[in-house]
Amino acid sequence: MAENAQKLLEVRELTMDFGGLRAVDSITLEVCAGEIVALIGPNGAGKTTFFNCVTGIYKPTRGDILVHPPEQKTHKINGFKPNRVTAMGLARTFQNIRLFQNMTVLENVMIGRHCRTTTNILGAVLRGKNTNRQERETIEKSYELLEKVGLVGFADEFAKNLPYGAQRRLEIARAMATDPFLLLLDEPAAGMNPYETKALDELIVRIKDTENISILLIEHDMKLVMNISERIYVMEYGKKIAQGSPQEIRSNPKVIEAYLGEGGDDA
Amino acid sequence: MAMLAYLKSSSIAAVWFVFLTFPLMVVKVNTLKNTVEWRWMNMLWVAIGAFILSAVWRWAMLRRLKGASKQEQEQAEEGKRTSLGQRLLEDPKLNRPVIGVVIILALLMPWVSEMYQVTIWVFALIYVVLGLGLNITVGLAGLLDLGYVAFFGVGAYTYAILNTRFDLDFWICLPIGGLTGALVGVLLGFPILRLRGDYLAIVTLGFGSIAKIVYENWEEVFNGARGIEKIARPGFFGMEMDISAATTFTYYLMLLMVVFTIFVTNRLKDSRIGRAWMALREDEIACVAMGVDMAKTKLSAYALGAFWAGLVGVIFASQTTYINPASFDFMLSAIVLSMVVLGGMGSIVGVVIAALVLNLLPEYLRAFEDYRMLVFGAVMVLMMLFRPQGLVANVRKTYTHRKVRAEETHG
Repeated sequence: MAENAQKLLEVRELTMDFGGLRAVDSITLEVCAGEIVALIGPNGAGKTTFFNCVTGIYKPTRGDILVHPPEQKTHKINGFKPNRVTAMGLARTFQNIRLFQNMTVLENVMIGRHCRTTTNILGAVLRGKNTNRQERETIEKSYELLEKVGLVGFADEFAKNLPYGAQRRLEIARAMATDPFLLLLDEPAAGMNPYETKALDELIVRIKDTENISILLIEHDMKLVMNISERIYVMEYGKKIAQGSPQEIRSNPKVIEAYLGEGGDDA
Repeated sequence: MAMLAYLKSSSIAAVWFVFLTFPLMVVKVNTLKNTVEWRWMNMLWVAIGAFILSAVWRWAMLRRLKGASKQEQEQAEEGKRTSLGQRLLEDPKLNRPVIGVVIILALLMPWVSEMYQVTIWVFALIYVVLGLGLNITVGLAGLLDLGYVAFFGVGAYTYAILNTRFDLDFWICLPIGGLTGALVGVLLGFPILRLRGDYLAIVTLGFGSIAKIVYENWEEVFNGARGIEKIARPGFFGMEMDISAATTFTYYLMLLMVVFTIFVTNRLKDSRIGRAWMALREDEIACVAMGVDMAKTKLSAYALGAFWAGLVGVIFASQTTYINPASFDFMLSAIVLSMVVLGGMGSIVGVVIAALVLNLLPEYLRAFEDYRMLVFGAVMVLMMLFRPQGLVANVRKTYTHRKVRAEETHG
């Protein structure tokens, strides 16, 4: 962990209750610039709930979520609407793919540009200079992103017709279209075969290195997590049970007991 | 073997129908003579009729199944192959002349037909604009609205009241009617922002009914069930026009309105706003997570849909010169919605065609008036079975890029 690196996301004692059920219990977590951080844990540990709190889909019961956008002042984003969180620079993908099925692949990415463009109804009808320029830029940028994730050939295809692995990559491209500084990936490798996982692995590292986007990811695939993340947080029953480098996590007895099973042969 | 099974199932259907209709069609009790008549001929007709219908039905279903599997094969083999109709829409070389002919015919229409015909067409065009307006709310943004007629009524009553009480001109009231419609759309949109699907449909249905009840019972403002009469027809620089000329004038006005609506909705559809509407329709959570403001997007869809209804509401009031609450009942919402569904959600051409067909067919088939709703229902059922995407499926725009590298196809 780079001590002097700039913090991007700082979550302090985040708690989320659903009625009497405490799904997330005082989780403290931070992501610094240029990092890939992983959040792991068994099914039902509260990882996705944590994500939903950070991205504004749920309003957390207690705790603070602080965002430090580069070269901007700090914002506390508890209870912000998801679109405001995204506009701030945090973009996410979903565990169960949520693409706009009956829109083309390119249009899916173009939606990501929505919060970075300003055309209103009048502008859309009149198609003035400004609108045309924005539209042009949106198309160019979206094509570039499709190139980066290797989906240019599918640009005019309906999203629902894409193979599974390509749909996952399209979700990432769509999230990147919102110009984030932090990308939150919810189980990006779920349901992928080893080859696809490896390609995804490379894609994530490439995004971090070339796009200057930090990454917080939830993952089940232990191989992927150990290979690419700098730091790992482990959750169980809503609580954080460990944090540290992949090596530390691998040898942590609590983690082995809770997550990896006897012997930890999964890692 | 297949043929035998085919005949067998149709025979079973025939026997079943004979059994079902036996008490109605065969047995007739003559209460005067206290005798029972057995009309065996009727039974025969029912059997033959049911047999033929069932056979045709099975044949159609079989064809559909085959068609579906064939289509899949073709798509796998040579990518996208589209029907003639779809090609006609996409290829400018093909559709330009068609559009030209349609426009010329539409312009010539009032000069070659009687006033009665022109009146029918004015109403048909009003429905076209209503269909296109609702197409924004339902087809593009996916917000099922069963109370659309409320906004139509708002426009009509706005003009009726402003004209009869405050003596305001048609041309001033036209934009006011549209804006009032949009305003009411936003007001109604606020409380139902968080509703989806079935719940939204029920609430909008309620709004439609409330609107009608308000028109009926708020005597001081809307003049109750008696309605408002002597509404002025649109003027044209103070020209004196008889009814026939005024109708022709309204016809051209409506034609212009249709072109205007198509122009605007078409531009909106392929814009930042239109894409946000469609994304909202596809997946609300993903849509907001991608930075789209849900409240703004939903309200704008409501407002724009309502805007067109308000606009043509004004024209409707000026054309009929008399309005009462009965003009704005649920049936109208249902018919406009059927136009959108039959035409193809989100497809502009489809909605225009469906609106014209649904309005003009009943007019020209007056002889079958009694069976109108029956045929209407049957057409709906058949459409949903055989062409659920509507008459004309919504074609998505494709964009070109200055450095498209199609060969870079990754699996």
